[in-house]
Amino acid sequence: MEKGILLLGDDLVHGIREYGAKDYPHETCGAILGVDGGAEREARVLFPLMNRREDSPRNRFSVDADDFRAAERAAAERGLELIGWYHSHPDHPAQPSEFDREHAWPWYSYVIVSVAAGQPREMTSWRLADDRSHFVAEPIAKADRAARTK
Amino acid sequence: MPIKLEIPTALRPFAGKQASVEFNASTVGEALRNLTTTYADLRKHLYTEDGRIRSFVNIYVNDEDIRYLEKENTPIKDGDTISIVPSIAGGHDVL
Repeated sequence: MEKGILLLGDDLVHGIREYGAKDYPHETCGAILGVDGGAEREARVLFPLMNRREDSPRNRFSVDADDFRAAERAAAERGLELIGWYHSHPDHPAQPSEFDREHAWPWYSYVIVSVAAGQPREMTSWRLADDRSHFVAEPIAKADRAARTK
Repeated sequence: MPIKLEIPTALRPFAGKQASVEFNASTVGEALRNLTTTYADLRKHLYTEDGRIRSFVNIYVNDEDIRYLEKENTPIKDGDTISIVPSIAGGHDVL
């Protein structure tokens, strides 16, 4: 697994926090579209998605295959790549859980925002280790260019 | 013409960075076994430790989900395309 950093513009940071607050107490989720440059990965657009876990939305999220394909098409239409996913942890730290690890795909950046009592708190990003044994923290840095939300 | 197996972006680093590969196979299961034999590092991302396809791994044959066909026994023929399409899932553990 290549170590790197995730560049996030203020607009995208604000967008993820806003989505987390809006969907509280349920988990919010969506795709992150951008450019993968190897060591640096730049997020450009958020693609919010419906949380398909209607049975347990307070502590689970799910993006089905149709929504995955829609996110891929959205990326392609913009000349971007599907580089990661964001979701929130209502009233829980922005640390990946065992469930997150069991269900993660390699390569993607997984951004988590903690939302406490409806207020967005810390935000972190992670990548799954190649052997699936753990997540590796991915530093988030401020992007130079302005980014837009969908 | 062999079958074509499309590799999702997240798994391409484990498949020689290829977007697709071609195999000769008569069932989906055989094609996936060929894939994970050739690219052994893919196996842990596609299968559980007890040999089942992971729940968040969706397999399509020409845009039909194999869950609604014959699953891994779904027959395939030359010219068919197998796609691996991720579902994404996660969430926190309740304290």
